[in-house]
Amino acid sequence: MERLDQLQREMMRLDLPGFAAGDTVKVHVKIKEGEKERIQAFQGVVISKRGGGVHATFTVRKVSYGIGVERIFPLHSPVIDKIEIIAHGRVRRSKIYYLRKLRGKAARIKERRIN
Amino acid sequence: MTGLFTSEGKYIPVTAIQLGPCVVTQIKTVATDGYNALQLGFGEKKKSRVNKALEGHLKKIGETRFAFLREVYVNDPSEYGLGQTINIDIFNIGEYIDVTGTTKGRGFSGVIKRHGFHGGKKTHGSHSHRIPGSIGCSATPAKVIKGKKMPGQYGNTRKTIRNLEIVDIRPEENLILIKGAIPGSRNGIVEIKKPKIANK
Repeated sequence: MERLDQLQREMMRLDLPGFAAGDTVKVHVKIKEGEKERIQAFQGVVISKRGGGVHATFTVRKVSYGIGVERIFPLHSPVIDKIEIIAHGRVRRSKIYYLRKLRGKAARIKERRIN
Repeated sequence: MTGLFTSEGKYIPVTAIQLGPCVVTQIKTVATDGYNALQLGFGEKKKSRVNKALEGHLKKIGETRFAFLREVYVNDPSEYGLGQTINIDIFNIGEYIDVTGTTKGRGFSGVIKRHGFHGGKKTHGSHSHRIPGSIGCSATPAKVIKGKKMPGQYGNTRKTIRNLEIVDIRPEENLILIKGAIPGSRNGIVEIKKPKIANK
């Protein structure tokens, strides 16, 4: 079992910052188009983090031109170039799916200050 | 099981298996035993756990007291010598293998778990929640057809999964990583063979 943990640790990305549900993040994703590689950013609120080990994923939600868009990223994927934390949000649960039903002003999340 | 990411970001589910080193403990030939096979030893046992019969059997090889002994068929046993170590280097990345092991025992199980039946209604006054239902016709044929799927012992049987791809090999740790799941529990023992039916 120790060896399995070690194998998992090898695959994990330890360079990414810690974040939790409610935080606003900007995920820089590497996109390959033929030979060229470019970076696309996806900014939104983390509404869920799930799984452990290499297989862990997180879901980022944003509202684009009035339409909610959610994207699930594997946390340890090499496709992620970097993750920027824009704001820490104060929420009381680990899965903030209730955000999907809210629009406009109601969908705001209070900011949590970290000193 | 765990997983790996390729450089393109694709996730591959893998199982890590410690492969060897195995030692040839006995060579069986057509002349002496009626078939060609090698007996391989793997792992180690405490001395106090070894009976005299096993100790005598392994005396020729040396001091090692193997925890597991398994036979594998080979075409030409004369290529191998007693005490020869068989290492991970007989396999290459990208090859396909068959993995045989004992599946997890689930005891006496019903038809839903054992055969994937759908079961009956859960509500609306139904009493047939997990029962198999009818098991056949009436006066003709007046018997239950052989092989009818019914409740019974499920698991704890020898099963082979064929054509699993080797994703990675780590010779310094004696580990191979293969794509997909294999029979048995964690830390279980499995046998690995070259594929019987070649992958297309």
